[in-house]
Amino acid sequence: MGALIDNADVVWTAFKMTLWLSVSAGVLSFIWGVMLAAFRVSPIGPLRTFGTVYVNIFRNSPLTLIFLVMLNLAVPVLGLHVGLGVPMAIISLTLYTSTFVCEVVRSGINSVGVGQAEAARSIGLTFFQTLSQIVLPQAFRSVIPPLINVYIAHVKNTSVAAGFAVFELTASAQRLANGNPADVVGVFAGIGLCYLVITLPMGIASQRIERKVAIAR
Amino acid sequence: MSNETSVLYEAPGPRAKARDKIFTVVFTLFFVGLLAWAGYTAYKNGIFDDRWAVLWDPPRGQSVDDVWITSILMSGIWGTLKPVLIAIPIALLLALVLTILRQSPFAVARIPARVVTEVFRGIPVLLIMYFGVIGLNIDPLWAVVLGLVVYNMAVVAEILRAGIAALPSGQKEAGLSIGLSPLQTLLRIQLPQAVRIMLPALISQIVVLLKDSSLGFIIGYSELLKSAKDNYNFFGESTKVVFITVVAVLYILINMSVSRLATYIEGRMRTKSKTVAGLHVEGKADGPPGGVTAAGIGANTRTGDSAF
Repeated sequence: MGALIDNADVVWTAFKMTLWLSVSAGVLSFIWGVMLAAFRVSPIGPLRTFGTVYVNIFRNSPLTLIFLVMLNLAVPVLGLHVGLGVPMAIISLTLYTSTFVCEVVRSGINSVGVGQAEAARSIGLTFFQTLSQIVLPQAFRSVIPPLINVYIAHVKNTSVAAGFAVFELTASAQRLANGNPADVVGVFAGIGLCYLVITLPMGIASQRIERKVAIAR
Repeated sequence: MSNETSVLYEAPGPRAKARDKIFTVVFTLFFVGLLAWAGYTAYKNGIFDDRWAVLWDPPRGQSVDDVWITSILMSGIWGTLKPVLIAIPIALLLALVLTILRQSPFAVARIPARVVTEVFRGIPVLLIMYFGVIGLNIDPLWAVVLGLVVYNMAVVAEILRAGIAALPSGQKEAGLSIGLSPLQTLLRIQLPQAVRIMLPALISQIVVLLKDSSLGFIIGYSELLKSAKDNYNFFGESTKVVFITVVAVLYILINMSVSRLATYIEGRMRTKSKTVAGLHVEGKADGPPGGVTAAGIGANTRTGDSAF
């Protein structure tokens, strides 16, 4: 642990990077994920097809592969110049996590009682009004615990960026462990603790909310 | 799928049908245009030239077998499967131990098991793999196995716990009342049913293992992504697109078939569980009669409990 305390500034920088990746890619995947879920339940065929194909491809690819594709194929195939390092990490994480957000939200939409949507339609609301005013607000209720679990996995997934030139917690563990061979266990334990500081409260919150929602239903 | 969701919108009348048709055409054009643009850009960048020939007529004195069998299959796919196959039985065994400890009546056993589960669920697999390589100085293969085992034993333990919690309490009570010890009840009554309920979740977890084994690429273990890298380093920069596409397709095919299997089993179980739920005990037609009866009794006891 001594090595970590001596390098507290390095660890703090790395911690902030992990937080930044988690939050920025987290917000983007939420927006994109909810859009994908709307695509997958929409009355318009091509949107449904796009949503299904997209989700199945990206959910079944390892995150490392998505990073690798971004790194090597984005420029030669599509001519898209993605900034190396942090921007690439944020885009890759967003493309990946959004599929899990989509699936959770979609199962939430399916869990809302049929009568709710029927009532909304019978008072004359359109598809988008039904979805945004009636169904989604109720869906998010039952969706919050699984959504938090998706985001716990997302926080841990930001570690993959360590392999692609981003200096976040896992990369800092690697550097500090190599620099302080005598204190390797302490370094890894400390960095593990940094992750737990983020993920454990999320896990507890998820359990609490799950209990609360279960009673209210 | 459209059946589940069609409740969101009215059965379309003539105007809505016309509008939907317009939207369908607009979005089809949009997506086709997007694909065409991607294809054209790729074409302009010379992606569709003779570089793909490396797959069936490789240069530099290599044969098709060297590329496909020796490199992609033996080193790549086998490299990805090997740590998964080693990790699954170890993770299952440790998860079983954790599950037994977590059901124990003694807090001394329960609390450490809970802590282990929560801690290893909250730490990135890659960090554990790095610890294996740097901290324990083990071979990258075993570092990958370590990462997969430690994480998945925690996840599987959690899946099994949820499965046990989902059983009617009458199952445990019945086990105890016929004179089985708590451990026997857990192993012979509760766990087999919990595994059965949670089978889809357990199979989906295999996809997670397959995907996580690709983290080995970052710590220098030789798996499918590494075999792509070896190939494009050998055949030159222009074949990057070729080999990354090949491993991407392979990964997606493998993982999709495992996901399909999980969905298929889930679907099969859902039709069965209509009788297993115990609401219609007479519906013994499918499913083992023993299971149906046991679940039926369980459900009855549960209703009895809530009546008190």
